[in-house]
Amino acid sequence: MMLPYNTLVVLSGVGLLGASAGLVGAFAVLRKRSLTGDALAHAALPGLCIAFLLLGERNLTAMLLGALASGVLGNMVIAALVRWTRVKEDAAIGTVLGGFFGLGVVLVTGIQHMSSTGSKAGLDSYILGKTAGMTAGDVYLILAASVACLAVVLLLFKEFKLIAFDGDFARSLGWPVYGLDLLLMTLVAVAVVIGLPAVGVVLMAALLIMPAAAARFWTERLGRMLALSGAFGLAIGVIGTSISATFAVMPAGPIIVLTGTAFFLVSMLAGTKRGVVAQSLRHRKFRRDLAERRLLRAALEVSKLSGNATFTRDDLRQRFVTTSAELERALDDAIRHGAIEPCSSGTYRLSSEGKLRAVEIARGHRLWEALLVEYPELASSVADLGSVSITPHVPSEVVEDLTARLRAAGEWPELAP
Amino acid sequence: MPAVLDIHDITVAYQRKPVLWDVDLTIEQPQLAAIIGPNGAGKSTLIKAVLGLVPTASGSVQVFGQSVAQMRKRIGYVPQRESVDWDFPVSVLDVVLMGTYGQLGLFRRPGTAQWRFAHECLAKVGLESFANRQIGQLSGGQQQRVFLARALAQQADIYFMDEPMAGVDAATERIIFELLKELRAGGKTIVAVHHDLRTVPHYFDYVALLNVRLVASGPTEQTFTEENLRKTYGGRLALLDAAGDALQAGSARP
Repeated sequence: MMLPYNTLVVLSGVGLLGASAGLVGAFAVLRKRSLTGDALAHAALPGLCIAFLLLGERNLTAMLLGALASGVLGNMVIAALVRWTRVKEDAAIGTVLGGFFGLGVVLVTGIQHMSSTGSKAGLDSYILGKTAGMTAGDVYLILAASVACLAVVLLLFKEFKLIAFDGDFARSLGWPVYGLDLLLMTLVAVAVVIGLPAVGVVLMAALLIMPAAAARFWTERLGRMLALSGAFGLAIGVIGTSISATFAVMPAGPIIVLTGTAFFLVSMLAGTKRGVVAQSLRHRKFRRDLAERRLLRAALEVSKLSGNATFTRDDLRQRFVTTSAELERALDDAIRHGAIEPCSSGTYRLSSEGKLRAVEIARGHRLWEALLVEYPELASSVADLGSVSITPHVPSEVVEDLTARLRAAGEWPELAP
Repeated sequence: MPAVLDIHDITVAYQRKPVLWDVDLTIEQPQLAAIIGPNGAGKSTLIKAVLGLVPTASGSVQVFGQSVAQMRKRIGYVPQRESVDWDFPVSVLDVVLMGTYGQLGLFRRPGTAQWRFAHECLAKVGLESFANRQIGQLSGGQQQRVFLARALAQQADIYFMDEPMAGVDAATERIIFELLKELRAGGKTIVAVHHDLRTVPHYFDYVALLNVRLVASGPTEQTFTEENLRKTYGGRLALLDAAGDALQAGSARP
């Protein structure tokens, strides 16, 4: 399928825009400065209008420079309010964002009604965004800005990582943290400003924040999070634009941001590292493993009691007090893993492999217990219920000591004869 | 030989309220030094002022006879554990690797040598097997040890540590103390904010008592006295009782 040239231009433009917003936004979110982007976007509107009024025509570069200038001015006002008055940061952001945006809307409306040139300027499309009018020249501008953002992030990855994680430590190294912060905020400003025509001032910050917030559910590594956030931004831009193209009456910004919301929701549910589903699955698996281990310990004990090493469900229930459902599931798991074999008429026994496993589990359990009693302070910092054996967690002398104590007390689990 | 650390008349004020007032502190020789004092005495602020992390109203600091700015690569820092977001998407090894950033400087990326060294430092605090964990999965004591491993990776000659033993269990405290002792034996200086008066005589051979002003400083044996503690802590008797016990136990502690 060949896409029409115009569609291709718009898709690549908004895609690139999403990618750079995602990339830069990830650092802004981690540095806890994502609201700075929001303030910047809203505060950009009056500058954009003033640039139009000064030039008397729709020149994108000049208008975006005007937007950048008033956005930065807005953030300087916020910083000054926080620094010199008793206004706290959230109130300062809200006040400045509202004031600048209100002024912007008044200017836009005034220009619309001003003259014949005014109504054709279409400045109102900067409020909620419009992708249809994008030209090849606009895309080149976005491309240049995106490449610049990517280059700076690659060059200063280590520096941005450190100031986002531990700014004081970076300062103690003598690094110019203020300058690096300023550079990061400049990147945020650039990403916001180039996104204004397509996404609009009201929702641009969402394109900055959503890809990063979504990416965080999938990884615990910064590098991967940045790559993923950039990729999400790209996909959100391309998909959002495609959808908005089929609903021409809708402004583009909300459609793109709703696409971002979908990405976020899916990530929140399905994310492999922090997603809700993955976490509850991990928790369930942990509980099942724990139950199976308790069952095997119980099986080891009861099989020693009977002459022929077999046992019934009721025998198990004596040693492993739990709900029937959990007992059944643990028993099923143990049978499926080959640790327990069904014998005749409702009796079971440990397989030879199951015996070894049960002894290993019982020993590990005894060692953990003994550690809690004998080395309480060590135990509190290393105890890990997910781990059968304590060996990877405590020094070998401690393990030897505990083993010797358990043997001496006759509590060291042995294989049934 | 110039003094290891020479703090001269440091004053720090927030809105004219002094947090530190004309603090003079000179440490001539490498020491294991504790900064102690009541809450709000300016202990952390003193460290931050030395490192240039808070603006000073007046005063100067010299490290090994030169300004802090010139000596950055010989200075290590362990911030308070609560000062960072442990949810941050980095691994334990990533954090330790940050210790090498100072020697690397801006723009240069860590290479194989730095990775290997970070592994060694992590092994020294006994957390090798946690290298690839996300830092939020560690216990408080383990997080503190990660910060210490990062400091080791700095290969500094003087370390400033902000409560390195706060909120850790006794076993971790011992591990940390052994490491500090080892650093000290290697000719390094450690200046640590410390909160537990009972362990001061056991852990530190030099002590600075601070309460906005410097009350006293010197070798622990002569300086960590009941009189000095009373001057520093005022009427806070419960603390003084604990300190009295520590004084009596003295070096007899294990």
